[in-house]
Parts: sequence; structure tokens; C-alpha cells
Amino acid sequence: MTFQDNTPEQPLLLRASKTTKFYGDRIGCQDVSFEVYPGEVLAIVGESGSGKSTLLNCLSTRLAPTTGAVEYRGRDGILRDLYQMSEAQRRVLMRTDWGYVHQHPSDGLRMTVSAGANVGERLMAVGERHYGNIRSNASDWLERVEIATDRIDDDPRAFSGGMRQRLQIARNLVTAPRLVFMDEPTGGLDVSVQARLLDLLRSLVSDLGLAVIIVTHDLAVARLLSHRTLVMRHGRVIEHGLTDQVLDDPQESYTQLLVSSILQP
Amino acid sequence: MSTPATSFTDHYNFAYLDEQTKRMIRRAILKGIAIPGYQVPFAAREMPMPYGWGTGGVQVTAAVIGHSDTLKMIDQGSDDTTNAVALRNFFVQTTGVNTTTHTKGASLIQTRHRIPEEPLSEDQVLVYQVPIPEPLRFLEPRETETRKMHALEEYGLMHVKLYEDIARFGHIATTYAYPVLVNERYVMDPSPIPKFDNPKMHRMEALQLFGAGREKRIYAIPPHTDVVSLDFEDHPFTPQEFDQPCAICGAEHVYLDEVILDDQGSRMFVCSDSDYCEERRTEGHTGHLGTNPLDAPSNGTAKDNASSKEACK
Amino acid sequence: MYVAVKGGEKAIRNAHTLLARDRRGDTSLPALTLAQMTQQLYLSISRVMAEGSLYDADLAALAIKQARGDLIEAIFLLRAYRTTLPRFGYSQPIDTATMLIRRRISATYKDLPGGQLLGPTFDYTQRLLDFTLAANGEEAPATPQTQAFEAQERVPRVTELLDDEGLMEPDAELPEDHEVGDLTREPLEFPAGRDLRLQNLARGDEGFLLALGYSTQRGYGRTHPFAGEIRLGEVEVSLFVEELGFDVPLGEMTVTECQMINQFAGSAKAPPQFTRGYGLVPGQGERKVMAMSLVDRSLRWQELGEEATSPAQDEEFVMSHSDNVQGTGFVEHLKLPHYVDFQAELDLIRRLRAEWFEKNQKTTGETADLEAAQ
Repeated sequence: MTFQDNTPEQPLLLRASKTTKFYGDRIGCQDVSFEVYPGEVLAIVGESGSGKSTLLNCLSTRLAPTTGAVEYRGRDGILRDLYQMSEAQRRVLMRTDWGYVHQHPSDGLRMTVSAGANVGERLMAVGERHYGNIRSNASDWLERVEIATDRIDDDPRAFSGGMRQRLQIARNLVTAPRLVFMDEPTGGLDVSVQARLLDLLRSLVSDLGLAVIIVTHDLAVARLLSHRTLVMRHGRVIEHGLTDQVLDDPQESYTQLLVSSILQP
Repeated sequence: MSTPATSFTDHYNFAYLDEQTKRMIRRAILKGIAIPGYQVPFAAREMPMPYGWGTGGVQVTAAVIGHSDTLKMIDQGSDDTTNAVALRNFFVQTTGVNTTTHTKGASLIQTRHRIPEEPLSEDQVLVYQVPIPEPLRFLEPRETETRKMHALEEYGLMHVKLYEDIARFGHIATTYAYPVLVNERYVMDPSPIPKFDNPKMHRMEALQLFGAGREKRIYAIPPHTDVVSLDFEDHPFTPQEFDQPCAICGAEHVYLDEVILDDQGSRMFVCSDSDYCEERRTEGHTGHLGTNPLDAPSNGTAKDNASSKEACK
Repeated sequence: MYVAVKGGEKAIRNAHTLLARDRRGDTSLPALTLAQMTQQLYLSISRVMAEGSLYDADLAALAIKQARGDLIEAIFLLRAYRTTLPRFGYSQPIDTATMLIRRRISATYKDLPGGQLLGPTFDYTQRLLDFTLAANGEEAPATPQTQAFEAQERVPRVTELLDDEGLMEPDAELPEDHEVGDLTREPLEFPAGRDLRLQNLARGDEGFLLALGYSTQRGYGRTHPFAGEIRLGEVEVSLFVEELGFDVPLGEMTVTECQMINQFAGSAKAPPQFTRGYGLVPGQGERKVMAMSLVDRSLRWQELGEEATSPAQDEEFVMSHSDNVQGTGFVEHLKLPHYVDFQAELDLIRRLRAEWFEKNQKTTGETADLEAAQ
């Protein structure tokens, strides 16, 4: 089921091969295979219960698949099966080369420590020991995600939903990851705030050349951010391709239904 | 010292614990020495003193003490604090070993909250009583999670705490139980000693053993091991400084206790390490208050009511 | 300096003399005998034996007497004594189905093989102070009609009855090579098995378990419990002696057992069936075994594929805080001198206050300047 397109010259970053997860007898996701290349944004769309969150968890080492493999190419250029790596290696990956943006910012932030420390934590975790550098780095990142730098010592409980989500993004990007997982990043926000966040995400992703795997039920989010889209139903990938193709000319009747029900004004 | 109570040793083993238990504790200690700063789980026994009152230190001491040892027992730097007295008596009763208040004369020192001012030597062992061995406990209450953090050296959270202090106060606001990095690997809680004492742990000649009875952990720092207090390059660790010497013996660069003298709020600062203060006075040093104002001979002689020592703790 | 050490000793000695005097109270009254206590305060004795993990009523009585009736202090005394005792071995598991039953009730069946037997219980008494007990000439209680179960009769447990239908989860099986843990001998590590959890709960503080069990009933991790069966009586304890090759009876002990039956709708991991929580303590401790079985069931959420949302389900939380000897020691250690740390904090607070006032002064100064300018 590997997706073929005009494969870029650079080697793939992540590869899922027949990734399958069962919960007892129930299917979480089944036989999912695809590749992600550096700088590429992949959207996984589907209704709730379609298996897209299970898949995201399998890809991001939060949930071991029942069968199948997920491989990732480290900065050393070597492609490794994530589930053959030690937990130590996986955790290093998660706090350096990867980011994970939760739907609810409170799941991804430390709500009782300041915005500055939230952004600085990853730097400290990888050994940065200069307070001034950490702080100026945090300040830069707050600016990049459009949070006033004089809020650096406030904790996220004092922030609006949109600000919290932007803070979570800054916290993830501070170590210059190459791959970011996003789980319904605009899910809990109202429409005007969503639009602003999507704008910000789009420019950050292209400025930084990030690869992103984003799970969303909102096809508008997929259209705006992603290069390619996977459509999931009942735990399987039923359609995949360039986002514009999938959304403008859906082949599967289910996808047609999704597109017509969601995209119509 | 009081004479050993023979009746007690008739009923109990030397140093209270049975030999099997001592061997188990020694194995934990050896493992701790082999992995400096790593918290070794051990099957702490129920001791005849309450949890939190030194059961960990007592078990470690009981496992290493021998007939030829000379034991010094201190709490808050002083040999005279009530719990130090109670624990010393426990070992006098159960082992009959010699005890001393002289730091130099002790082969084994059990302490709570202080490290003696007198530098320790290679032939000495310092045993700390530890209430909460886990330096990450107040950042992450779960044992399952903190164990993982140690195993994977995930110590970012520790620095987040220090970062927050600086952001709020302009400096690190931890004054005791100040976390240290041992042998460039494990972050360790030095027990609630004041951060003033932290530098003494670094490359100390004596073996340092830590026992936490309630939490069932033992850890150790072998002699000459690097022990570095956590900090930032631009906000380095600074030990507490007192701007005056001991009022009684004139010692400087030592840890002082603040003693309130009357209800007008007048106070004096005196050595926390009572033996150190005593030694200096024997050598003829005097502080600016000269004699101890609490020594006023109102009822009996100073020696009888023990106040000369009292005021210097 | 020598004198000073003795000063501390003297103070401690005096304190202990005072304690001894207060413990004895008015010497014109006869001292309590241990026999009086084991006979007339048996429920206190039971609790101290259970939480002290030592089945010896006389020692428990001694501990309570020495502790002036403070049960946690008595438990502590018993525990400290227990650690010094040599271990000869572990007994064979007791079989409560062969119990010589003195009380046996089930809330799930009106009648059942073996029947219901109220036995010695506070249940259905009216809680009125009985002033005849306060008077000296207490009358000898009437001889009750006994309807004891016949000795040696095997009385099946309610859970076995349902088991025949497959409605009840079977008795938990441990893997062949599993050695039952002992948390007084090995350091506790999480996650702990059910054997260690039950040991921890059996030694745990009755009040703590009561509060946790109660919280599950009020919805914090609800388990839909029914009191399947509670039984009290005597069981035989035996030891397998390697050299002889058979079990040697050591004597009998009183135990209280509770099997709580919990409705369970099934999950990915287990079919719909009744599940169980278990409680057992030495002596007579009905409140304790009931609370214990509620908490035991709550702690099994993971095995049954439930969601953990409440304190009673949190193994690390429950097991780390159930021990009243540990809790008492650590709470009360705050009485010990802490003046070295307090000194360090004094210094910090003074500094922080100085900085705070300095900063505030500056801002007030600025406002004043501003006002002046206007």
C-alpha cells in the first residue's frame, strides 16, 4: 500500500510497514503502510473511531503496534525500527528530534511553571546550562509564536486557549526537531482562533522545513497544511494521495461523502 | 558514657539487627558504592524507633559497626540534641562500642542535617539519615516515573525548578537538600543538610553512606568522588555565607545557629557544630560575646545545667 | 561537653519517668491484667495483631497496655518486636472453607448451603450506652443458644457457588514458579503483584482503608459491590516440614474473611461476569476486611481493563500511604529539631523580603515621581 509519487531525491524520514494494532479482538488500525519525507506534511483524516489516533500513537512510540514496523531515520542517517530501539533511545528521540502537539495544551504543557520554563525545558533536558541563553531562546520562540515576550514569566494557566496552543508549539520546536506529530491541534479552539493558528503553523512548517504528521477530522485543516492525505475508515487506509487530488477528486465513495459533508458551505 | 546494658545484649544480637539482615544491608551498601549516587532499594526492617527518626541511618550504622569502632552521633551538628542522645544510647546499649563527641576521634559518624566542620579523613565513615531520598519527588511524585528518569538521565525537570527560582527571585531559592550530581551521572538528594555543607561532599576523603528507612533506599558516595551542586553557568551555586563569626568562639566560614536571647529580639549567632566550637574554645579562641550569655549561673554551676554546650549547638 | 551530653540524657530519662507514671495512673486502682484485656478488649487486640502482623493476643495486650491504649503505638511496638524474631518458614495456605465458623453472613443470597449465622456482632444492636456496664456489679451475660456448624464440615464459600455457573471469576491463579512475596523481607517495587497488595492492605491502617473503601462507594472509582460473604471463625494453620514430608499442624487462629462480589460489564480483557475483591485479617476485624476487599477490587482496574480515575485505584498512592507506623513516624518526625534547615530558610526569607521591599520602594518612588510631575 506504499504511496508512490514523484519521490524527492532525499531519503525517506519515516516508514510505516503494515502497522497493525489490535485491542483484544477489536481493530485499532490494520496494515497501514506509507512513507514520509523530510519537509513533508502528511494529514491523516477520518471520523472519530476510524483508527487515526491509534495510528498516530503507534507512529510516535506511544503505543506498541501488534504487528508491523515503524522505522525512522536518525540524524546519523541510519533507518531504525522504533520498536527495536531501547526506551532510552526512544525518549531521547522524543525530546530532541521529534515534537508532539497534543489537542489539549494542558496535556503537553506544564501548567504550573512559567512560559519561559515550558519552552526552555527541552533545552535543559539536552544539557543547556546557561540561564541567559535559555531565556533569550525562550523569548525568541515566544515572539515567533506571537506571544508577547513580557508574558515569559507567566504560567500557562493565565493564557487563553489559542495562546496555550501556540506555547505548546514553541515548546516543541525549540530543539529544532525534524518531525512533529500533531493530534487535532486546532480541535478545541473557536473558528477565528483556529484560522490564526493554522496560518502560524503553515508559515512555521515551511520556514523550518519540518516534516509533520497531523491527525485531524477537519478536512479544511488537511487542505491548508498538508501535501499528502491518508483517509482512514474502520482502521484501514482507504484512500491516499496528494491532498488536492484526494479532496478535489475523491475516488472512494466514503471519501466523497466526507468531502461533500464537510466542505460544503 | 553509660555502661552497656548487658540484659539487652542477652536478648538481641550485636547492633540489634540479625546477621542475615546485616548482610542484606551490606550488599545494598556495596552496590551503592559501586554505583555512586544510585538509590539501591533494600528491605528496611521495622526498627524500635519511629520511621522518619533515623531508622535508615541506624540500619546502615548497625550493618557497618564493629566492636573496634568509635561512634559519634550528631543531629543539627550537635551531640546533645535529644534524638542524637536517644540514638547514641541505642548503639551503646546494643553494641557497647566507645562513643565520642570529637569528630577527629570517631571512626563512624551518624548525622542528621549537618556535615561536621572538621574535614573528615579516609579512615572515617559518615552515615546520613535521609527522610526523602528522591531528589525528583516533589517534581514527580511517582516512583515508577522517577526511576525511569534516573535510568535515562532525564534531569531536565530538575533544572526547570532552578530556572523558575531565578525567573522569580533572581537567584536559586533552594537552601537545604540542594540537589547534586554525583560522579557525573546520578542526581542525588544530599539529605536535608544546608547547602552550606554541599561543597564538603565533593571529593570527600571519607566514605559517605545514606540510609532512608521509611522509603527503603540506600545510596553512597565513595571517597574522592565528584559531587557537584546543580546550577547554571551564569548563576553558579553559591553556598550560604554568614556576615559575622561565631559569637562564642569567633569561628568564621562555619555554619551558625541563630539563638534568640530575649523577647526583645536580640540574638546571637553561634557554631552549629558544637564539637568544633568546643575545640576552638579549648584552644583559647573567643568570640565577641566572650563567654556565653546563656551561662548566667542562676541555678547551680554552668556545668551542672549543661548550658555551656547548650548555647553552642 | 561530657556534662552536656548527660544533660540531654537526663531530660529524656525524666520524660520517660513521667510517661511511666502517667501510664500507670492512680495506683490505688488495680493494674490492668493482660488477661482482662485479651478477654474484654478483644477487638482492640485484633486490630493490633492484624496491623502489627503478629498473631499473639498476649503480646498485643502487653503492647496496648504499654502504649496506654494508643493502638498505633501498640502496633508499632509489636512490629518492632516482630522484626527481631527468627523465621522458621512459611505456613501452608489456610483454607477458610474448613473454618470452624462462628459468624457467616451473605448479603447476596437469602439462604445458602451452610446457612447464615449472625454470631457475635454489633449489627442490629441499638447504640444506647449500657449503664449497667458502668456499675460495678456487672451481671454475667446469658448463655446464648448456639447453632454452631459441625466441626470438620466444609462450608463452601458463596463465590464457589456462583463459580459453578461461570458467572464468577475463578480464584486467581498464580504462575507455577511464582513465589508469594513478602514486603517485610523484600523492598517494595511498583507495579506490585496482587499478593503484595493484599499483604500491604492487611497490614494497612483500618481508618485509611475505610476512607478509601468509602470513597469508592461514593463514586470515586465505583465498583458496584455486594457483600458476597463475610465469615469469622477458627482455621487450622500447618507447616510443611521438609524432613517429614508432610504438613504438621501448628494450631488454630481466628480470622475474618470477606469476599466482595462486584458487578462487572466486561471489557476488552475480560468477559461480563462478577468479579471479586478480597479481604482477610487475623482476629476479628469485620470493618477492616470489608474496606480491604473494596480497595483490593479497585486496585485491580488494570487487570480488568478498567479506567483509573480515583485515589483508591492508584496502587502507588494506596500502598505508599497505607502503613500507619510509617505515617505516624514521618508526621511526628516534624517534632525533631530542624533548626539548621530553618536557619537556612530564615536567611532566604530575609533576603527575599529585602528584595521585595526594595523593588516595591522603587515602584512607589516612580509613582510618586509621576504624580509630582503631573
